Amino acid sequence: MSEPVSFLGGRVAEGAVTVRDAGLQGMITLRGDLSATKVKNVVKKITGQAIPAQRKALVEGGRGAVWMSPDELLLLVPYAEAEEGVAAIAKALKGVHHLAVNVSDARAYITVEGAGAAEVMAKNAPVDFTSAAFGTGDFRRSRLGQVAAAFWKDEAGAFHVVSFRSVGDYVFDLLRVSAEAGPVGALS
Amino acid sequence: MLTLQCPYCGVDAEETELNAGGEAHLKRETVGSSDDDFEGYLFMRENPKGVHFERWRHSYGCGKWFLAARDTNTLEVFGTYPAQSKEPPKELRDKISAKRPGWSWREFK
Repeated sequence: MSEPVSFLGGRVAEGAVTVRDAGLQGMITLRGDLSATKVKNVVKKITGQAIPAQRKALVEGGRGAVWMSPDELLLLVPYAEAEEGVAAIAKALKGVHHLAVNVSDARAYITVEGAGAAEVMAKNAPVDFTSAAFGTGDFRRSRLGQVAAAFWKDEAGAFHVVSFRSVGDYVFDLLRVSAEAGPVGALS
Repeated sequence: MLTLQCPYCGVDAEETELNAGGEAHLKRETVGSSDDDFEGYLFMRENPKGVHFERWRHSYGCGKWFLAARDTNTLEVFGTYPAQSKEPPKELRDKISAKRPGWSWREFK
């Protein structure tokens, strides 16, 4: 069996704001009726989290559930557990209209951390990143530069960015260059 | 810059997150329709200077289609509502009436 590697291969750009490959992360796309009890139960079982509210991310230690749209969640689990997770969903939601796919290898996963992380994000996305408008656990799907990306903010103020694997290089370099350029001071 | 609130994710999305999808509330003519009706469905579009209803897609966000009412002349946005609506919500029509008395758009007024 071949060794799984993350798309960005552990790249890190150190600085006042550090941009780093977050490494292998199991990700499952789950679509269906999020208000259904069976869906709630299986999400709880796999991630330990409840169904997140609109535009919220509930993530703790590499496990969690993220609100993607009114009928879609992104479930985060350890990389090795993604396949089991999909199987568990298929079993729990038998007969319930849903879709669950292991998308772990279809994504690039990047962490942006440091005091000016919000500014680095704000340079690239049409989103209000003031802490009043975008706080801990807030989540957005939007664009970074020219490509689609999803991101949320954790308790430490770091941003976790998910993009398609095919544009992972672009997203990493975009964030790296934005971090290198230094702070603007607009959000401080 | 046009900013529309997506009724599905509540985001005030700006133009670059959205894609335009043409006119709203088109009735799809299909097998059994008269040639005239089918021609109307395919080719005939409103082109008002004023109140207009459009389809938009929050393509960089939640990916959902929604409908929006705005003024093509002043670019004022009156509101947005879910794509499942057969007609603009009464509340929204009242709001437009307050701002643009006597407006009409296809069968709506």
